This record gives sequence, structure tokens and C-alpha cells, in this order.
Amino acid sequence: MLKMFERLFSDKIATEPVTFTGSERYRGRIEGKCPAEALSDCAKACPVQAFQAKGDGEYTIDYRRCIFCGRCVEAAMKTAAEEAGLHHSSEDVMPVLMENARQITSEIIKEKLGRSLHVRHLDAGSCNACDFEMGAMSNPVYDLHRFGVHFDASPRHADLLMVTGVVTRNLEEALRKSYEAMPEPKLVLACGACAAGGNTYGESYAVVGAADKVVPVDLYVPGCPPRPSAMIAALLAAADMLSERL
Amino acid sequence: MEPMKIELVKPSELPEAAKRLSAEGTHPLTAMFGRDERRDENVKGLSIYCVFENTGTHEMEALKAVFKEGVPYRFPTLTYVLPAAAWYEREIQDMFGIVPEGHPDPRPLVLHESFPEGFHPLLKDVAKNTEARGERRYDIHVAHGEGLFEVPVGPIHAGIIEPGHFRFSQAGEAMLQLDAKLFYTHRGLEKIMEGKTPFEALPIVERICGACSIANTWSFCQAVEQIAKTKIPRRAEIIRTLLSELERVTNHVGDLGNIPGGVGFNPAISLGGRTKEMLMRLQEAVAGNRFLRGIIVPGGVSMDITPELRAKIREVLAAAKKNIEDLSEMFADQSNFRNRVRTTGIVRKSTAADLAMVGVGARASGFLHDSRRDFSYGVYPELPFEPALEKDGDVAARIKIRIKEFHVSLRMIEKLLTLLDEEQEMTLSVELPSVKGEGFGISESARGSNFHYVALDGEGRIDRIFVRSASYANWPALPIAVQGDIIPDFPLINKSFELCYACIDR
Repeated sequence: MLKMFERLFSDKIATEPVTFTGSERYRGRIEGKCPAEALSDCAKACPVQAFQAKGDGEYTIDYRRCIFCGRCVEAAMKTAAEEAGLHHSSEDVMPVLMENARQITSEIIKEKLGRSLHVRHLDAGSCNACDFEMGAMSNPVYDLHRFGVHFDASPRHADLLMVTGVVTRNLEEALRKSYEAMPEPKLVLACGACAAGGNTYGESYAVVGAADKVVPVDLYVPGCPPRPSAMIAALLAAADMLSERL
Repeated sequence: MEPMKIELVKPSELPEAAKRLSAEGTHPLTAMFGRDERRDENVKGLSIYCVFENTGTHEMEALKAVFKEGVPYRFPTLTYVLPAAAWYEREIQDMFGIVPEGHPDPRPLVLHESFPEGFHPLLKDVAKNTEARGERRYDIHVAHGEGLFEVPVGPIHAGIIEPGHFRFSQAGEAMLQLDAKLFYTHRGLEKIMEGKTPFEALPIVERICGACSIANTWSFCQAVEQIAKTKIPRRAEIIRTLLSELERVTNHVGDLGNIPGGVGFNPAISLGGRTKEMLMRLQEAVAGNRFLRGIIVPGGVSMDITPELRAKIREVLAAAKKNIEDLSEMFADQSNFRNRVRTTGIVRKSTAADLAMVGVGARASGFLHDSRRDFSYGVYPELPFEPALEKDGDVAARIKIRIKEFHVSLRMIEKLLTLLDEEQEMTLSVELPSVKGEGFGISESARGSNFHYVALDGEGRIDRIFVRSASYANWPALPIAVQGDIIPDFPLINKSFELCYACIDR
């Protein structure tokens, strides 16, 4: 027992401010010019059809689908070598709110503290990476509780349903029933490329698709998986959306 | 690693041949799976593979039974001879419609109630995106008797965990029987990967499971490289081995921080959680992804571990080591924690052998099984390897195994970093020729051996892939481990195995 107290008191506070910048190699937001001749190769290399070449030599990325695998960047390098400016920055892609289809910024998040939100997690067919990162939000480093966000054991107690994974046939009913069991007003957050974009693996006899094929979704968090900080950003934005609905 | 030896037998001879190849149960059944080869001129039928690990020669030996067109798709069940075959046979029945006659538990396994009877998705004439809806039965097993009652739990659980349905048959607080209905996260990944080149399938392989991303990718790449008969550069072998040990360290630390969650031991949960976060950040620094995705590729690795990263690995692991030493002391110090974990959730050695258990689960029950020792892959033969073994088979033993292995892995990583410091050759990967053939890969994930079987067609595209993760082998032991324990101990026992659902469901 003494040993434990000794350790507890010798530790400094582990909790850190939320940041959206990763390490040097972190594959975050895709940036930079992509030479026109490489665009179609980049689109072809994308395993989830998130990279779209536009007619005017520009490109768009559907971050709900993107799995941040780096294959478009590789393809651009291969076709255009030094000309290619396409790269992954080490910045997280911010969650997307459906209400006004804007991307939230870290500045907005900082203003949103002081709300409370009760969350029910639902694994609809995830690979467990998103689930582990959700668990990490409760560790002392992220300490989600400091923002007034709590995980509930039942959908009946929850304001928000946090869906991870592509919806499988075996879990479709569980997702629908959990949503129906929640009291109004309620929100749904699709967390990660599977729940948000539904195209991580492609079509299959066992997969229904993204979460919004089964329940209405209010927020999307890009990432494969999203880092805990991006999830926190989404939850804080959700707390704000909820207070608007009340 | 030597290619698998395949012996052809008649379907009716399977039980006898399996008994022989298993050498009376001493050579564990590694995997059993079906394959549709009706379009292959040389086979013209459905086939079943039973793969055994010969513990003497350290080779994979397989039986292959072919069901030619017109022959009834039935074979006598192996489950009575090899209890480990139970799940595999149910899966083959679901996926191919080949019936294991006399199976003690012929219920569906993978395809739940919303699928129609007679739908067998791995047959080649079924399109990938077929939407087959129907109503099939899936009965849950319950014990009956005076005063007994049921406790249904899941598929949606109270915590942030993966989905599964548990039906406890209770005699008061004691768990009399547990029936687990799993495969909720079945995504049809094996079918999805058919027709893709290994390179195209790679992002999917990396995403079979978050926690075992390196193990799955490494096994898969080994299989593909075995088919291509290509040796990858030594630097890539060292890096892959290092990644695998790093993944083990991260998982073991995560588990050690999670198990106290089963008894509400908060200081330990916190210390485990912050240590795991250090390691997740280290993984991101190494691979650009917190789950080490995107670094292992067929033919080698895509990124080097630079001298700066090596220094960082050394620094972070030294800090993690200190934390885990303190965590072990916390465990040892707390008599109420010790009381909860000792004699709880026991798996006996004979059970472990019968079920062909692997990894931490097996080693905690005195059943030594470790692919790093049994197969020569990566640079493991050059590393200081001390297998961890405990005999009690309880939660405490599984904790001890993880603590021991954490320290062994740290020593291995130390050696691996030195090997990298000394390695002059900088080549990271080689181009793989596209060849027709079949092969297997095996690697030791944090949970145990991870086996992949891959068959490529004439264009070098996947004709069949079968993934058997460690959790698949160990899951059937959990319902046995909980018998007689009290239901509040279930989360603790469950966490002590820490089996992935995503890996087994696919």
C-alpha cells in the first residue's frame, strides 16, 4: 500500500492540453499540389475511392472515407517524382458537423468547454482500433472527464451514440435498437473511416455500410482510427450541438 | 520456413488421418478451412484443409480432402477426435455448406439470424455483394434445473469493448454454463479479398484487427513471399521482428492496465493507461499510425527505423520498464487484488492441449506454445529467447506471463536495435514476382500464433485467404475457464484472456 502511495505522489500530472499535431511521420491531412498528370494515378491508387480528381487539375478528398494509408502520395511520387508536392501533413483532419457542413477548428473547441455530455459507445463492426482509442480518451493523458463527458452503460441514459466500425449485417439490428432506445434529443457520431465512410473494406454480403445507412448521423470523425484528440474535438462539438437542441 | 506438406485423403478418411497426423493430440490442430476449387481443372471440387503443427520437425502438415462434383458435401466430424476442430467445422458448414456429420454442436457460427438457410458466401458462384436476407435459427444454450436462471449480456456491453452475446446459466452467483454467440463483427473480409492482388489486399489485412495489425500483416506477407519463393532483405526482417515485439509490448502493457479494470483497481488502471499512451505515441513516431499500419509491405518494409527513432525507442521503453516494474509491485502489494486473481478462471493444461490453445492463454496453463520458438522466421533465431511458462492457469498466471514476456521483449528489442545499428545493407524491400500457388505464414501476436493461408491464381490474385488469429484458437477455452466462478469475476477473467473479436469474426 505504501509503495502505491509513494508512486502516486511522485507522479507529476499526466494530463495534457489537447493538440491536433502528430509526430513527424504521422499521416494526417493531405496537402500540396498534385501535378495534373498524376491525378488519375492517385485516384486509382486510393483503395477507398476517397481521392477524387477534378476536371481543373485539382483534387478533393472525402475525409469520411480516407483511411490515411498514403497510397495517393506514393502514386504522385511515382508519376511526377520531384514535381509532386502531395504529402500528408502531421495535422489531424477535424471532425465534420452535419448541421452546417463546416469543419470545426481547434479554436472553436477551446470555447466549448463547460458542457456535459453522456455517451454510449456502439461497435457496429469495428476492427477495434477505434474502440481502443476511445478507451484511451479515459486515460490520465486525455482525461475526457475533465470536459464533462461521460460514458454510459446503456443507450437509455445517453445523449450521444458513438458508432465505430462499418455496420455489419449481424449488428444492424443492435444499432437500430440502441438508437431507438435513446431519449430525445439525441445525437449520433460516426467515429472513424468505417462508420463515417463505410468503404474501408468495400462491399460484401456481410456489410451494410456506413452508420448513416441505418441511423441519422450528426457528426463524422475522420481517421483510421481517429486519434483520441480528434475524438475529443468531436465530442465537445457535439455537446454544443446538443445544448442548441435543448 | 518450409512450405506446408499436403497429403490427399478421402473425406470419409478424415477422422482416422487426423488422429494419425495429430500424433494422439501432441501435434496441435493449427487450422481447418474450406476452399472452392470447382473451377480449377486439377481439382474440380470443394476441398477441406486440416493443418497440423508437427512439434517434432517444426513443419506444417496438412490433410486435404476433395469433394468432387456430385459427391455429397458431408464428412464425419473430427470434433470427437480433436475438440479443437469444433469451431472450424461449424465455420466450414456456414461458409461452404459442407456438413460435419455427427457434430456435437451443429449450430451456425458466423452467419446469424438475418441470413437465409442454404446461403454459403465463400462458394465462388456467390457474388461478393450479394444481399441475402432470411431468417435462420440460432439457438442459445441454456442450462435447466430448479433454481437456475439466465443472465443475457450483450452484444452491446456496458463498457467500451467489442460486441458478443453471452448467456450465463446461473446457480446463484456461480456461473454454471456460458454460451457465447460471437462473430457479430463478421465483415466477410476473406471474400472481399478474393480477386485482389496482395498489394491491393494489404490495407484490408492491416485492418482485420487493430490490436494485431503487425501480426496479421506479417503472416500475410510471409505467405505471399513463400508463394513467390522470395527472400526479403535482412534489414526488413530485423525491422519486422522489431515491430512485432513492439506490438507485443504495447498490447501486454495495455492488457496489464486493463485487467485491474475488472476489479476497479484504479491506480493500476491509470498507470497502465498512461504507459500504453507512451507506447502508442512511439508507434506513431515509427510508422505514422498509432496501430503500426502502413509499414510492413509484401517484399519487405516501407520505412526504415532511423538512428533518431532507435534512440527514441530506447528512451521510451526505458521509461515504460520503470512503470511496469512499479505496476507489478502494486499488484504484488495488494492482498485484495491477489485474492481476486488467484484461482480465478482456471484453464487446465489438458484443456489447453485439447483445444490447441496458443499464446499467453496456453503458456499460463503450462502448455508451451510459441511460434517464435517453434518456427524460424524473422530474426528470432538470433535473439535471446526465454519462453515464459506458468502452471496455475488462472488470472494471476496470465498476468505473470505478460509481465515476464514484457521484459523478455524489451531484451529482444535491445538486441534488435543493436542489429539495426550494425546492419550496413540499407535495402528495405524487393519486388515480388506474381506466381500461382499456395502458402502459409505464421507469426506470434501478443495473444498467440497467428496463421494465414493464401492461395494465388494464375494472375497473382487472391483465390482464397484464410485467417486464423490467436483469439480464434483461445476463445473456446473461456467458457470452460469461467465455470464455477462467480459472475462478478467474468469481466476479470475475460480481460485476462483479452481476446480480440475483430480478429476471429473477420
